[in-house]
Amino acid sequence: MLHLQNLHKTYQGAAPLHVLRGITLDIAPGEFVSIMGASGSGKSTLLNILGILDNYDEGEYILDGQPIKNLSESRAADLRNRMIGFIFQNFNLIPYKNALENVALPLYYQGVSRKKRNALALEHLERLGLREWAHHLPNELSGGQKQRVAIARALITKPRIILADEPTGALDSHTSAEVMQLLTELNAEGMTVIIVTHESGVAYRTKKIVHLKDGVIESIEENLHPSDNPFGDLMK
Amino acid sequence: MFDLDKWQEILQTITRNKSRSLLTAFGIFWGVFMLVFLMGGGDGLRKLMASNFEGLAQNSGFVMKGKAAKAYGGFKSGREWNLQISDVDLLKRRVPALETVTPIMGAWGQTATRNHHSTNATLKGVLPEYANIEDPHITQGRFLNDSDVQTYRKVCVIGKRIWETLFPDIDNPCGQFICVGGIYYQVVGVSKMSSNIGIMGSAESTVIIPYSTFARLYNKGTTIESIGFTARRGHTITELTPLVEETLRKAHTLAPDDKRAILLINMEAMFQMIDSLFAGIDTLVWLIGLGTLLSGAIGVSNIMMVTVRERTAEIGIRRAIGAHPRHILTQIMAESMVLTVLAGMSGIVFAVLLLQGVETVLLAQGMEASFQMSFGTAIGATAVLCLLGSAAGIAPSLRALAIKPIEAIRDE
Repeated sequence: MLHLQNLHKTYQGAAPLHVLRGITLDIAPGEFVSIMGASGSGKSTLLNILGILDNYDEGEYILDGQPIKNLSESRAADLRNRMIGFIFQNFNLIPYKNALENVALPLYYQGVSRKKRNALALEHLERLGLREWAHHLPNELSGGQKQRVAIARALITKPRIILADEPTGALDSHTSAEVMQLLTELNAEGMTVIIVTHESGVAYRTKKIVHLKDGVIESIEENLHPSDNPFGDLMK
Repeated sequence: MFDLDKWQEILQTITRNKSRSLLTAFGIFWGVFMLVFLMGGGDGLRKLMASNFEGLAQNSGFVMKGKAAKAYGGFKSGREWNLQISDVDLLKRRVPALETVTPIMGAWGQTATRNHHSTNATLKGVLPEYANIEDPHITQGRFLNDSDVQTYRKVCVIGKRIWETLFPDIDNPCGQFICVGGIYYQVVGVSKMSSNIGIMGSAESTVIIPYSTFARLYNKGTTIESIGFTARRGHTITELTPLVEETLRKAHTLAPDDKRAILLINMEAMFQMIDSLFAGIDTLVWLIGLGTLLSGAIGVSNIMMVTVRERTAEIGIRRAIGAHPRHILTQIMAESMVLTVLAGMSGIVFAVLLLQGVETVLLAQGMEASFQMSFGTAIGATAVLCLLGSAAGIAPSLRALAIKPIEAIRDE
């Protein structure tokens, strides 16, 4: 599904910063992976590269058979739209659009007709239990509801992978647990989910934990029984 | 092309900050309003001016006697001289490029009366071919004809004001008699001439009679007041005037450098003067209007820059979930264009309404004025607005395009 080979990334500047120093990683379809590391370990950079939001200097990145290298802005936008569902720490909903419009937006950029995309958006909102909130603006929703709207938006294009950047970072422990439960269910349905986090409580709910340190993979830990780890306890 | 969603997005963003959008739009509104209103006003003034020349041939000229100020050819200075009817034939022979050459007689300060009605009038004696110089715009009856002249008929064509004051109760005055200077003339036609420039005063209060009748009744002999002339196709009156002048100077032994001896009115030059005057006014109007419009457009550009800055995160999100650069580009461009065009259109509408008001007021005062802008100008103005709107959108769009999704999303 996702193949990284000796990936390097340096931020140019007054003092060039070599952030990623050779990442080699394979993620198979249907995996539930977390990338963990302290701040400055390069995990966000890695997530940006995985999400085709940033480019890399050296190495190889193949996403679902497609080499991701030197893409035009439009091509990158298309790939992001069709292959990747993003979930962000601070939700990143568009404040003046209601939940339904926010969820439907990726389909708008695909050129899907208004009627069809609104119907699909409503379907996804219903699945996440937000049907009656469909016409509310983001600031009328709670944090957990906002994140669920964001998840609906990430899912609506039927992406190949879900990339979540600290998805519980702005939520309390109870709603965090809900969101993690949701992601776990998605994975159970066969979706490949990658979570970037610095919280071990979140990481240990996934099946595979990639520890990142100073731009290299320190270790890859198989977590065979994620449900054995009581989420709420570890959050503290 | 018509994409409801796109329009909804544009409307949403514009109405999100209403007062700011309004203030921005006001710059454009004011610019367009100034441009259209001043243009309409300038045009109306031009038409008012032009109505003074209404009906006068542009390629025409008049010559009148002056006072021979210089001693020349054995004559002393200060001598009186007169144009003669023979000068008409002389000019026809010597200056073949003249098409019409016709004598004009005039008597100012006359009183025209009919029953107990009376009004001031100018009596004019002309030949039928005078119509080539000034279109008589006959509304009733006819103009003078050759047999009127040959048989010294006491018939007249009256101007609009004469008709209105002497015949307030009669629609068609033809066949009726009016009295000018103690002599009765039968009205054969009514003229709607309205020029004020005519060498014999306002055409509206003129009574025109045959040249021959005038000369005989007022004992003018062969003396005439003035000669009117027009140029043939392919010749300008400006090039013929010196020839006319030279011919007459020779015939009447006038000093070649005696400016006051002979008076020449060149209609072409007058028209040109008015034209260049209004061309100047037009240039000024355009400068002011476009200048105001430009500063309005810069205002729009400025505000769009701020808007893009404010919406950095939003644009980043859109890019992250699959918006192409062109989506962002068209969005920002369209916002700037919609703002500009809407504001501009309301400016046009407001100016048109105001011009209409001015026109109505002037019409009520009996002035025939038209200040309204033409439809073509309105279309042109709208095109200019679209252009300005897109120009104003360029810088903000480029800034929006430079936003990278990661930066935007990380921006907190």
